[in-house]
Amino acid sequence: MALTYDDVITKYEPVLGLEVHVELNTESKMFCACSTIFGAEPNTQTCPVCLALPGALPTVNEKAIESTIKIGLALNCSIAPFSRFARKNYFYPDMPKNFQISQYDEPICINGYIDVEIETDEGPKVFRIEIERVHMEEDTGKSLHVGGATGRIHGAEYSLLDYNRAGIPLVEIVTKIVPGTGKYAPEVAKAYVAELRDILRSLGVSDVKMEQGSLRCDANVSLRLIGAQTLGTRSETKNVNSLRSVERAIRGEMIRHAELLNKGERVVQETRHFQEETGLTRSGRSKEQAEDYRYFPEPDLVPVAPDAAWIETLRAALPERPSIHRKRLQQAWAVPDKEMAAMINADVLNIVEATVNLGADPTKARSWWLGEISRIANDKEVAIAALAITPTDVAEIVALVNAGELTDKLARQVIEGVIAGEGKPVVVIAARGIKVVNDDGALMAAIEKVCGEQPETAQKVRDGHLPAAGALIGAVMKETKGQADAARVRELLLGHLGQL
Amino acid sequence: MIRLSASEMAAKLANGETTSVELTQAHLDRIADVDTDVHAFLFVDTEGALAQAAAVDAKRAAGAKLAPLAGVPLALKDVMTQKGVPTTAGSKILEGWRPPYDSTVVTHLKNNDIVILGKTNMDEFAMGSSTENSAYGPTHNPWDLTRIPGGSSGGSSAALAAFEAPLAIGTDTGGSIRQPAAVTGTVGVKPTYGGVSRFGLIAFSSSLDQAGPCARSVLDAALLHEAIAGHDPKDSTSINAPVPQVVAAANSGDVKGMKIGVVKELNGDGYQSGVRTRFEESLELLAAAGAEIVEVSAPNFEYALAAYYLIAPSECSSNLARFDAMRYGLRVGDVDGASAESVMNLTREVGFGREVKRRIILGTYALSSGYYDAYYGSAQKVRTLITQDFNKAFEKCDVMVSPTCPTTAFKIGEKSNDPIAMYLNDIATIPVNMAGIGGMSLPSGLAPEDGLPVGFQIMAPAMADQRMYLVGAALEAALLTKWGAPLLSQAPVLAGK
Repeated sequence: MALTYDDVITKYEPVLGLEVHVELNTESKMFCACSTIFGAEPNTQTCPVCLALPGALPTVNEKAIESTIKIGLALNCSIAPFSRFARKNYFYPDMPKNFQISQYDEPICINGYIDVEIETDEGPKVFRIEIERVHMEEDTGKSLHVGGATGRIHGAEYSLLDYNRAGIPLVEIVTKIVPGTGKYAPEVAKAYVAELRDILRSLGVSDVKMEQGSLRCDANVSLRLIGAQTLGTRSETKNVNSLRSVERAIRGEMIRHAELLNKGERVVQETRHFQEETGLTRSGRSKEQAEDYRYFPEPDLVPVAPDAAWIETLRAALPERPSIHRKRLQQAWAVPDKEMAAMINADVLNIVEATVNLGADPTKARSWWLGEISRIANDKEVAIAALAITPTDVAEIVALVNAGELTDKLARQVIEGVIAGEGKPVVVIAARGIKVVNDDGALMAAIEKVCGEQPETAQKVRDGHLPAAGALIGAVMKETKGQADAARVRELLLGHLGQL
Repeated sequence: MIRLSASEMAAKLANGETTSVELTQAHLDRIADVDTDVHAFLFVDTEGALAQAAAVDAKRAAGAKLAPLAGVPLALKDVMTQKGVPTTAGSKILEGWRPPYDSTVVTHLKNNDIVILGKTNMDEFAMGSSTENSAYGPTHNPWDLTRIPGGSSGGSSAALAAFEAPLAIGTDTGGSIRQPAAVTGTVGVKPTYGGVSRFGLIAFSSSLDQAGPCARSVLDAALLHEAIAGHDPKDSTSINAPVPQVVAAANSGDVKGMKIGVVKELNGDGYQSGVRTRFEESLELLAAAGAEIVEVSAPNFEYALAAYYLIAPSECSSNLARFDAMRYGLRVGDVDGASAESVMNLTREVGFGREVKRRIILGTYALSSGYYDAYYGSAQKVRTLITQDFNKAFEKCDVMVSPTCPTTAFKIGEKSNDPIAMYLNDIATIPVNMAGIGGMSLPSGLAPEDGLPVGFQIMAPAMADQRMYLVGAALEAALLTKWGAPLLSQAPVLAGK
């Protein structure tokens, strides 16, 4: 009989630990000048250093250090005046040197925290997640095991190696243990990763795409009886590739642990792999025979000793924290929660803000970016930011609509033209001959024509059946090639048919 | 012509008395003549060297301004990568590998138009003091072919002593430039750590390895030193400071008023009597030249050897992990159905020699969880203590001196089965590497009892390499006056050829 989540939380307290790996978006690799662009032909972005040819030496990418310090500062960490790289030794074909350059007992950032807010039964509640360390390391190459049942090295007929990823800068962000979340553990974990992702995005240091692996989360979970002091045995779930999976993986592991503990069995300390399809985890390699990585200070690299003044410059330039920024905007613009979430999901918040800063009404700015422009981006399968339309263009269009120079319908044509590369809004308007028909005489002529063509509908309106007016208005709009102001057409039409 | 010093050759090239092609050919002929006996070279790049020589001659004919050593030939230790030229580090595991890139030292040599004759033999991955650990057979000491030429840069020192090259590049992790220089009657310098780039130097022990010049005179060593030294952005541990003015120092040789500290602990018991005789004589000559001889103490030097044999193997166990048959070099056992792991294991089993395996195992153990603090950790503390010993001693003197090694060249095979006896050969040279400072060995004469060369070691504070050259040049001049001719002219083996 399977346990329910409620069964678990009435008896046990979960303790979390989260390790997040972030690929930095530097142009070159951590220890050499090779490009980091994703998706190139295998083994084309390599050199003697990242292929570990005899005699080659690493040198540190200063930009990666800067990005890591920014991350540490944004997470309220102390920046170590002196930190060191260390070698983590183990043999694996996709690791060219057969050691990974990482940081061990002297990481660059330590002792930070971030606060995350979630909805609880008692309303919104803030949980503080303490950060133990933020350190730098390099990614490995990629192995493709061919012919095996599970894509693993065991049982494979042969393996292909691609070293393009070898040496891509990674930052690992490790929390201290997180107790006290109770039944909200899965939500807190998800909110933490989401908050982290937003912070990293606001810093501009990573693409933070979980599905492409530029942000990867390992979730450690253990259970202990409520009230117990000692920690239970943890499992470490890897391969958690979306925010939803973070939540599911933790929930699933809590249930799995509780089932074992209830049966009097013990939880094995091991790595587990999350499976998207089932929401369950499967056992990876057991850590019972713990690997001995023989860490020692990397003798090929001098210690990292960032200048204190430089750190302060970076601190002063940190952007406002995304969650605070959002709250501020939401209040100022009086946006409902749902709409706010829609803007965040579509990643248009900053663009909308820029548009508003140029004088546009927040509601109108939001509806253009989230509506018409998002739709075109979707059709073209590109990011909104990649479209050839700027906040300035949209602010201008909003102003033209307000001034009655454009109708919403015409505005859509202008937007389409701007995105198609026809030029700025005024240029598109001129070139396409777009203008609102403001001439009541011309409108009346069209109304009379339409009423003549649809006498039955016109009669219905005369008889007081107002919904029928829509069809006539539509026909008038068509007659005027969409350049009429629909509200004025309605007014004139109803007057004409004696309904005002 | 091949018996001239490099600076004399450079002068003859400059005034048109000879050409680089002629000079290079003379050395290629000499190699063809004697290297079957000496076995200093693992690869002779006849075509490459002659092409380089012809290019220098053309530049000179066109009136180009050339570097001081332009057109002079050189022998390169096989631990340095040279684009397209076989580079093995004396190991089977790299047999046939041709690097796709030049080491920074080679880039400097090429920029200085120094002609690279070929690659010299060495103990496998620079692990050894005799060149017997080469996977390609030992090198023989030109003074007595039954004896070792020192190691690990034994191919480079033997090439100089056999007049196969006037200049050579060596590398020194625990004495691998200075000890071969001592036992072959040549000059070898380990610059301050970080003074010469390690980029392209196949690593043995990263925190100790240092490339340096080998030559037959102090001035030649200085000229080569300035050619290869300098900051390199490709080596994080490279020092970003001006290169010490070593050529000026070698030309001056003025030691008046300099304080020379004799290291109490590097003398006496365990040092061959002829070694001590020559050392005392050199001190007298330096005193006569105006230097003040003082005694200094370095109480922690006695732990240097033990600490070295933890640090160097630890680093090598990690540095040599990359030789796994995946991307280059030897591959063994790659048959249908073999796993990557078994290919790695078999390749390393077959590709590495006994001494290399001994050190990988030792280092792996020393870094293991639970042993790290006791071994690697303690060794690092000893390293700090040794550095402090040097710092204290240098408050009392400008340079420190000692015999380079306790004995003259031993017989090939004599110590092969006794690694500890072999390791003891480096007892006087290792502290220099541990502290990252500079060290030079130059000939101080022959030991009366066996007629073999004895080396005199000069140690200088970090980035004060010029002091070694001042003292070295002074001693060299005094000895030359005493001998009437360079020491190497007395080498019996070479008399016949």
